[in-house]
Amino acid sequence: MSDSFTAEVTESADASSALDAGEPRRQASSIEMQGLHKRFGADTVALNGVDLTIEAGEFFTLLGPSGCGKTTLLRILAGLEDADDGELSIGGRTITEVPPHQRSVNTVFQSYALFPHLSVRDNLAFGLKMRGLPAAERDARVARIAEFIKLGDLVDRRVEQLSGGQRQRIALARALVCEPDVLLLDEPLSALDAGLRSQLQVELLRVQKRLGMTFVFVTHDQQEAMVMSDRIAVLNGGIIQQVGPPRDVYERPVNAFVARFMGHDNLFPITARQGDRLTTSLGELQAQSPGTGDLLLIRPETLDLLAGEVTGTNHLPARVSERLYRGSHAEYCLEIGDSTLQATLNNRGRHPPEVGDRVTVVVAPEDLVTLSE
Amino acid sequence: MSYTGVTPSARSRGMVRESRHLLFTVAPGATWIIIFLVLPSAYLMGVAFMSNGTYGLPEMPLSLESFRRLAGFGFLGWSPGNLYTLFRSLWQTLVSTGLVVIVAYPIAYYITTCREKWRPIMLLLVVVPSWTNQVIRTFGWMNLLAPGTPLSSLAEGLGFIPPNMGLYPSNFAVTLGLVYNFLPFMVLPLYAAFEKLDTAQVEAAQDLFASPVRAFWHAVFPQTLPGLLAGIVLVAIPAFGMYVIPELLGGGKGMMLGNLVAMQFSGGANWPLGAAGAILMLIATFVGLFAMRRIGKRLGGGEEVVI
Repeated sequence: MSDSFTAEVTESADASSALDAGEPRRQASSIEMQGLHKRFGADTVALNGVDLTIEAGEFFTLLGPSGCGKTTLLRILAGLEDADDGELSIGGRTITEVPPHQRSVNTVFQSYALFPHLSVRDNLAFGLKMRGLPAAERDARVARIAEFIKLGDLVDRRVEQLSGGQRQRIALARALVCEPDVLLLDEPLSALDAGLRSQLQVELLRVQKRLGMTFVFVTHDQQEAMVMSDRIAVLNGGIIQQVGPPRDVYERPVNAFVARFMGHDNLFPITARQGDRLTTSLGELQAQSPGTGDLLLIRPETLDLLAGEVTGTNHLPARVSERLYRGSHAEYCLEIGDSTLQATLNNRGRHPPEVGDRVTVVVAPEDLVTLSE
Repeated sequence: MSYTGVTPSARSRGMVRESRHLLFTVAPGATWIIIFLVLPSAYLMGVAFMSNGTYGLPEMPLSLESFRRLAGFGFLGWSPGNLYTLFRSLWQTLVSTGLVVIVAYPIAYYITTCREKWRPIMLLLVVVPSWTNQVIRTFGWMNLLAPGTPLSSLAEGLGFIPPNMGLYPSNFAVTLGLVYNFLPFMVLPLYAAFEKLDTAQVEAAQDLFASPVRAFWHAVFPQTLPGLLAGIVLVAIPAFGMYVIPELLGGGKGMMLGNLVAMQFSGGANWPLGAAGAILMLIATFVGLFAMRRIGKRLGGGEEVVI
């Protein structure tokens, strides 16, 4: 395992210099969005005032459910959609009014949108040809990107002969070969099966780190977003709910929507509060720095289960009502009074609680956070 | 020796059964083609090389007289009448097919941009006129283009035609009739080509620095080429041999090859000459098809354009 990892890193340094050879690469560019609004028809609001700064060289993810406006935002960045209101600048240059073919931004489309009437090679060279690069330079750059993405002999095939994963990589190469200021990716992995998907996640991340290019990535999959991103913006109803590194968004969601979207179910209304002692339907719990929210979030992996009834701070008596065995870990449903609490525990060499067992749930005060509805 | 576990005799029995199946499936079609295509064509071919007898019926001995007549050599020396007819046919085919492409392309594109539930209705509107008899529709155009009608008066007012002439009969009327008649045959294959097109590809082209015009030319047009070529074949071949429209809208100076051929089998009564004309049409059609295939292969970027 560790051997292959080292090999990956050294090789990446080589390939990066291969792509850079010859000409100086552009500096990565930052993106500035101010007050972006977009409506479709009379009553569909896609974006409702988006202010966002994406740093140069960042792997930035727009995350949200379908219809949240993430794809619209990406299309506005590409120039394929015009914002009704607001300003957009890339690398300090305002491009709100610039048509797509004059923006140094390239997109990897969800459907890949490869040209079926052209060979893979001509697909890769399309952007360079439209930019008016001479044939010799086009060939050289296509050859370089083909080596960089390890396309091998795919370059000489026809598009219809390619599998989904291969098409995805051609679509990526077709955008990267133009060396844009910003690369946009519209759910590029959503059509692939799970195994290929995680393999390409790693590959995409590696490419981005090596090139140091600004990537804006759209997905509805919070796991994918957490794996890939330097920072995540969670969108809902055309409004940015939270922006931050994956760990912040997951561990300290600012509201119930973000918490639920990140996969949290353990949200309990706070009925009474005395200093840092919070009362919910579970009972009284002590939090280290609870904040001012009116919902208590308990992450399932922060819980510990003790056999039998044990008393102490943040010790809650419970009954195991359900257990889902998942190999590396198990998920438990715990009944505490009328409430249900989810817990995730690693399957280590001990006797795990069974359904029907009486247990005591323990949670550390520093793991408790509150948020607002 | 037999790895498949099938003995040689069983295999040959299988082959016999297979060839019997083949016979049953192919025979009806083949019989049809032989009786109604191969034999008449062979007969026509033979007639073309015979002499013109009494009442225009073919007679022995064999001769090339019909082809000489077709090329314009008659009793009174050479006249260019037949060649005019040939070139008029080619010219009318070229112009009307070109116009059909120009009219059909935006229609087909427009239909693909409509909501999905409207598309079948729009296509139906394109096709419905061709459900009416062609002769009746052509008579309709006669009434629309005759002297004194609003269209003719407008053309007169604009100085396109001399007073009291009308737009019909004329070569213009024939072109118009051909374009009107063959429009659906171009719209349908073009629509099929447009519908297969992923609109994301147009966006991808623009994203890859193509202006809207270049995006059309490099991403859209090549992909509609198979439909376009199929449409051209569907329009140009029947237009070249068209009989009804030039007969009704063309008058004496609008005659096309189809009319020349038809005349030899009726009023003019010279079967060998008519047969020679039919063979000429066949040759011209094959040359045209061959050229389309070459163009299709070159422009189609390797995609097989089947005609």
